[in-house]
Amino acid sequence: MNKRMTLREAVEQFVPDGASVALGLCLESLIPFAAGHELIRQGRRHLTLIGPISDMLFDQLIGAGCVDCVMAAWVGNVSAGLAHCFRRAVEQGLPHPIEVRDHSNFTMSLALLAAALGAPFIPTRTVLGTDLPNTNPDLIESTNPLTEAGEPIILVRAVQPDVAILHVQRADEEGHAHMWGNLGISVEAALAAKAVIVVAEEVVERDVLLSDPNRIIVPAHKVVAVVEEPGGAHPSPVQGYYGRDHDVYHEYHRRTRTPEGFQAWLEEWVLGVPDRTAYLARLGAERWQRLQRRRSAPSVPVDYGY
Amino acid sequence: MDYTPQELMVAAAAREIKDGEVVFVGMRLPLIAFVVAKRTHAPTAVGYFECGIVRETPSPELLYTMADPPNVVGAAWATQLPYLMGLMASGWVDVGFIGGAQVDKHGNLNTSYIGSFKAPDVRLPGSGGAADIASLARRLLIIMAHERRRFVEQVDYITSPGYGEGGEWRQMVGLPRGGPSAIITTLGILRFDERGEAYLASYHPFTTVDEVRANTGWALNVAPDVHPTPPPTEEELRIIREYDPHGFWTR
Repeated sequence: MNKRMTLREAVEQFVPDGASVALGLCLESLIPFAAGHELIRQGRRHLTLIGPISDMLFDQLIGAGCVDCVMAAWVGNVSAGLAHCFRRAVEQGLPHPIEVRDHSNFTMSLALLAAALGAPFIPTRTVLGTDLPNTNPDLIESTNPLTEAGEPIILVRAVQPDVAILHVQRADEEGHAHMWGNLGISVEAALAAKAVIVVAEEVVERDVLLSDPNRIIVPAHKVVAVVEEPGGAHPSPVQGYYGRDHDVYHEYHRRTRTPEGFQAWLEEWVLGVPDRTAYLARLGAERWQRLQRRRSAPSVPVDYGY
Repeated sequence: MDYTPQELMVAAAAREIKDGEVVFVGMRLPLIAFVVAKRTHAPTAVGYFECGIVRETPSPELLYTMADPPNVVGAAWATQLPYLMGLMASGWVDVGFIGGAQVDKHGNLNTSYIGSFKAPDVRLPGSGGAADIASLARRLLIIMAHERRRFVEQVDYITSPGYGEGGEWRQMVGLPRGGPSAIITTLGILRFDERGEAYLASYHPFTTVDEVRANTGWALNVAPDVHPTPPPTEEELRIIREYDPHGFWTR
């Protein structure tokens, strides 16, 4: 089945108001900024965002008023500092108050893994003694029934996102998708989610994907939409395609200290551009060219023959 | 002084890594400390990066974040976060590095809420992997700026557990192992006594015991043999400056 569509169509059809959305799942790389910006342009409201750390994208969605709840381990700007919109939402209720369920990276991954396994929870000894269970009802303090002493244990409640948005290197129109490099919690989130939207640097022939099935991230029947969006992860990096545009993170940090500054930034880079092609044009060909892969580092092909 | 406080901190952090150890490498300065350790006394140390990377050699270029593409090229494993966290939970990680906004005398760290979590004065980013590293690594190294408002008697919120209230607290709450072994600060190095309370082990050559105490929000114990922190060697400085030539992290 051909699931190819535009990002606008994918967001319209599969991310309604009130949806829980997992995104930014590789940590600092392969962040689906183009998809996040489309959520903002379409004025989505009442979203629950699910992720490990979020390098800048959650801050933008929160500042734009799309978000009611955040389930994450960290919301900030990795190379520049604190997240101003996240701070304003929690500290001042601007543009409106949000609920935060504080995870660690491990507990977030276990919450998604539990859903991926069809389990109600996963027990762990991480975060014992911390305050995280006080600010996250999905971390439940319990005791280990397998020990006589009843040792303390944390039960991490399963979290099943309505949709996971994955930015990948390449996919075919049916939703077979290849991802390489650090995977973070992408596999857990894609397996846990009710539906997966794949945003790819390139849409290629099915044969290319099926020639290396170990690199496929999730069964294609879970994928509901395939979008070809080159540059869709900028300013985050895509292994084999382009590097991280560090300056964007620092500029965003500087410009969004005030709500007015954030609004101006949003007009310039999200609301004022219709799509990713226009975004990249605004970025400028020379700057975009500078970020492109400078040297190749191909893997040696494996032989699946018999 | 021909080095920066950050360069001294990187060198001091690198010296905490022993050869052959598995290191959970954190954001920012630890990215460079791992490189310095690998290129000096710990050539067989292995680095875990929580985004899903294992390295046996330093990345070929400076990292701004651990998921920058140079960190994947030549990696010894590219994988999923829960596998690396799971290895740490099973006891495979010797030492982990984290930073903090607020630390207390028992090495508990807060990177979540300043003030009450119900109505915080400042909402900080949160745990990331820090709570896991502090819970599960065999020993923990904390790297942070030494300021009175950050070094408090008791943190407002425990994001990452140190020695809790001291004594047998970690065992009591069910943590499997670990605890902080040092806090490397912009002014000195703090270590922990058998009750889990921090004391000043060394002060950096450009400061004094009194200055460290004045910048600490509790009555800081001082080791009887307190001494100046050894400055970075020429070799350590050369490696740091080759790796971070524009001083993004170290100046």
